Amino acid sequence: MSALTREQMAWRAAQDLPDGSYVNLGVGIPTLIPRHIPVGREVIIHSENGVLGLGPKPQAGEEDPDLIDAGRGLATLVVGGVYMHHSDSFIMVRGGHLDVSLMGAFEVSEQGDLANWTTEDPGFPPAVGGAMDLAIGARQIRIVMEHTSKSGEPRIRRRCTLPLTAARVVRRIYTNLAVIDVTPQGLVVRELVPDLDLAALQARTEAPLSLAPDCRSLSAP
Amino acid sequence: MINKRVASLDDALAGVRDGSTVLVAGFGDVGIANTLIEALQDRGVRDLTVVANNTGNGNWGLGRLVISGQVRKLICSFPRSGEYAEFVKAYNAGRIELEVVPQGTISERARCGAAGLGGFFSPVSAGTKLGEGKETREIDGRLHVFEQPIKGDLALIKAHQADRWGNLTYRKSARNFNPVFAMAAELTVAEVTQFVELGALDPEAVVTPGIFVDRVFVPGGAT
Repeated sequence: MSALTREQMAWRAAQDLPDGSYVNLGVGIPTLIPRHIPVGREVIIHSENGVLGLGPKPQAGEEDPDLIDAGRGLATLVVGGVYMHHSDSFIMVRGGHLDVSLMGAFEVSEQGDLANWTTEDPGFPPAVGGAMDLAIGARQIRIVMEHTSKSGEPRIRRRCTLPLTAARVVRRIYTNLAVIDVTPQGLVVRELVPDLDLAALQARTEAPLSLAPDCRSLSAP
Repeated sequence: MINKRVASLDDALAGVRDGSTVLVAGFGDVGIANTLIEALQDRGVRDLTVVANNTGNGNWGLGRLVISGQVRKLICSFPRSGEYAEFVKAYNAGRIELEVVPQGTISERARCGAAGLGGFFSPVSAGTKLGEGKETREIDGRLHVFEQPIKGDLALIKAHQADRWGNLTYRKSARNFNPVFAMAAELTVAEVTQFVELGALDPEAVVTPGIFVDRVFVPGGAT
């Protein structure tokens, strides 16, 4: 089965980011997206700790301890980028000013419910960060995640089993096997990796799937 | 003549009492007043409520204060970052109460406290575990929860430059919660890298006007 790698999933998600869009990228696979944005498109990356116009990791000798991203890694600013304080940063987040928020998830439901903030591990304090703000605030929530959990459990569910981050917010899901849209008619498979058919994908998915009439082959360089 | 600069950590933290709510600005290890935070712990004040995005690292700075036993309650968005093993121990042993608040809700609650407002309705956390028990209202067809303002007795701020009036500038992503928390406390103390003459800061570049700042401390600086 020609499942996508993490880089390939990031590549696929990057192809959908339009020129001129403002985008927030969560931790994990979404952080791999910037290097795959097609040449010629200006996509401005927002980092909720107060950076609009986040650049790549610094080169050796270029590091500045006062400039980090939301994952607390050292970062750079692109030409034209700006800094702002937390309230302004979250005005951008909550107020519908970001075009797309790309995040990882533990589970997504067929209605677009998102669970990505806690696994309810007993004896481990819960932590939410900016996940709930982003989930309700960005104009489009797109999820990038492995199709099933490490133990093979489906992550695309009838209903989320884990506590929700937000209800009915996810619009598109990129997995290592498919691109799936959340629609009022249910989950629609837009793209599917070669040598996997709908029945095989359905076997790895709890929520019912339907195939888009123009469903395409999912492959990435 | 106004001169908000103080010469010592004793002066910087004079009058801070047990039971205070302390707003600690910073995001991870960036833009955080670790000298003031450690000095607060050294002074032995107890029963504190600390509002901060994270819980600090190891046994220094905010991490040291959080695990010292002097903090009763932590209001925090992401209590797991860096070296947090000691915090998890304190949490599991029931030595510290934790209120997890979405990151943007922390800053907006503080902004409301600073602005003299009685809170706000937000769609963030509505219908989730973190929204349970909160007053709700449907606004434009969307469920919102009521969020209370946060006001501090003390705010610990890290800024880049200050003048004797307490005007502050910041550097890069070290700005984070600092300008918001600086406005939201009864007593605001800023730890700064550089102290400059009045007039040296470009008025267009000042982010926190001195009206919000009570004391300025320069670690290692000669007055």
